[in-house]
Amino acid sequence: MTTETKTPLVSVRDLNVKFVSREATVNAVNDVSLTVQHGEVLCIIGESGSGKSVSMRALMRLLPERRAVISGKLAVDGQDVLALKGKELAAFRGGEAAMIFQEPMTALDPVYTVGHQIAETVRRHTGCSFEEGLARALELLELVKVPSAKRRLNAFPHELSGGLRQRAMIALALSCRPKLLLADEPTTALDATVQIQVLILMRKLQQELGMGMIFVTHDLGVAAEIADRVAVMYAGRIVETGTVQEVLTDPKHPYTKGMLSSTVHGNMRGQDIEAIPGSPPDLRALPTGCSFGPRCAFADSHCLEQLPPEVMLGNDRLARCFKVDAAPAAADAGSVPA
Amino acid sequence: MDMTETKSALSSVSADDARDRGGKAQPMLIARGLQKHFPITGGILNRTVARIRAVDGVSFTVMKGETLGVVGESGCGKSTLARLLMHLIPPDSGELIFDGEAVAAKDGLEVRDMRRLMQMVFQDSYSSLNPRMPVEDSIAYGQIVHGASNEAAKQAARALMEKVGLDPNLFGPRYPHELSGGQKQRINIARALVLEPRVVILDEAVSALDKSVEAQVLNLLRYLKDVFNLTYVFISHDLNVVQYVSDRVLVMYLGEVVEIGPVDKIYANPKHPYTAALLASRLSMNPDDRVNEPPLIGDPPNPINPPSGCRFRTRCEFAEKICEIETPALPQDVGPMGHACACHMFVAKSGHSKSIMHAAEDVTPSSPAESPS
Repeated sequence: MTTETKTPLVSVRDLNVKFVSREATVNAVNDVSLTVQHGEVLCIIGESGSGKSVSMRALMRLLPERRAVISGKLAVDGQDVLALKGKELAAFRGGEAAMIFQEPMTALDPVYTVGHQIAETVRRHTGCSFEEGLARALELLELVKVPSAKRRLNAFPHELSGGLRQRAMIALALSCRPKLLLADEPTTALDATVQIQVLILMRKLQQELGMGMIFVTHDLGVAAEIADRVAVMYAGRIVETGTVQEVLTDPKHPYTKGMLSSTVHGNMRGQDIEAIPGSPPDLRALPTGCSFGPRCAFADSHCLEQLPPEVMLGNDRLARCFKVDAAPAAADAGSVPA
Repeated sequence: MDMTETKSALSSVSADDARDRGGKAQPMLIARGLQKHFPITGGILNRTVARIRAVDGVSFTVMKGETLGVVGESGCGKSTLARLLMHLIPPDSGELIFDGEAVAAKDGLEVRDMRRLMQMVFQDSYSSLNPRMPVEDSIAYGQIVHGASNEAAKQAARALMEKVGLDPNLFGPRYPHELSGGQKQRINIARALVLEPRVVILDEAVSALDKSVEAQVLNLLRYLKDVFNLTYVFISHDLNVVQYVSDRVLVMYLGEVVEIGPVDKIYANPKHPYTAALLASRLSMNPDDRVNEPPLIGDPPNPINPPSGCRFRTRCEFAEKICEIETPALPQDVGPMGHACACHMFVAKSGHSKSIMHAAEDVTPSSPAESPS
């Protein structure tokens, strides 16, 4: 962490996102609060529909304004994101904060070369000439370790392999030296041998450039590889936060525990996996109590009636569960006869 | 025949299956030199200008009652291989022997009958179901096509829904869009099982599911394998899942088999440099145990014009001149349970500088004293 600890890079307070249509209201994100310090990597872990991508898009103001009702406070480096308008917003996106998406093929423009797209972004944000932008694009492609970068500058997205396309996407995101990089499952669509290359590259770049990064993933292994801190989301709420060591080696919330025990290892051969029963709740009709309650092995009637509070377990470490203290004891008791 | 089979949808299948022809030692499936090249046409006359060598001379066996895991990166031909096994696309050359009978050959097993005995579950659970059909009808459809009465087929479908953990009264009349991903995949599994197959090919069947649901479906697959005495061909890119489900593992790279062997041997002691790199690319769940150097550089090459000789040589750290000139062959003489790998380093006197060393290790792994032979 840097000296600027007083104003965090990202401060999200009580973020709520609702998608309203005539049929139903979908509560995609409920009372999410997050902070990311300068130069820190926060991983948001969650399954599909947990609201992790929607939170990211809210932070970039990418959600459709008429459909999505956003409330709460979103600040990036002291700047109120929800108050941005017109040109300010355009300068913020790509300038202050940039985003990498899961599918580089759909995120890049298929009719322009990679070099053209990067150069255009640089020109738009810095006001330099197109030629200077192209020079910067070459520099960036070399930075993200694209082999024979000069030739690839003139390549269209479809001419690149999946790994190179994602590297080009990262180069595009880094083109204006953002302070904050949002990455929405950037390695999920990649092969194992390419995924590890991109993860190592992103971690190196983040450290070299000193960016803050929010990295969304569903894969605990990816979080272990790249995160400083971790926030676990379930049904639109953050259920647990802490450093990556704390959360992955000593999880407190039953959902995090369940995620860890249901992740497949090779050494579990021949025995059943301890899967979490059931499936995530419908975001159109969330349960009144704990949203994980119906699937939780420790839940009692209290959990199903009331929303559990955020229990602080230490500095920046919290779990949203009534049973935070009871759960580990119960888990130990359960493991004894096994 | 149809009547007796539809009735037994609920009953489990014992190890000595009456449909067994070749006996226990006869492999369930033998693939010999399967090949599929897709032509790329272009130019004014629409002539073939190039060929994608999707599957290029793949041979392997699947024993009865085992799970063969197939791993590889995208574009290595694992899905094409699955479709070749099902004859969803006809192979260019090569033969397939199902329990001692050649498939689609003269006097052999007809494709239609083979598909009864071998079924497939696809990755995308939504697009593989008919959106306009209640899911119980989707399950029953296969039996009706194969001659069962509507009544009997529906009964079998409902019985199977119970077996895969879905209440037929609640979920049977629903349409695919009314189910979650895990539930849809359970329906797909039920649909594959309704014809009482002996082999099920699972092509990335759990890859699109969330982790907690994936674990449920993997448990279900394990249970069904025991109950119906099934043989699985499990295709996946997830090395942890493959290690969990498989008895033997086949590693593919650019349309070729580079290594095959029992799961414990492959995971503990990979021979081929590609297998080793693939295993080293797995992410650890321990944040203190991070990988700092990527085991491989670059992406897999395009299967349109694969490199000459060994196809992995462009990314292999041990590549030498011989790898460029000569294609290493996969030894076929190791037996169905052996561990074989297609690499010059493991062939004595192949011309690779490391060949002797590795070959000697391989012949006598436990007693180095006997190694000069």
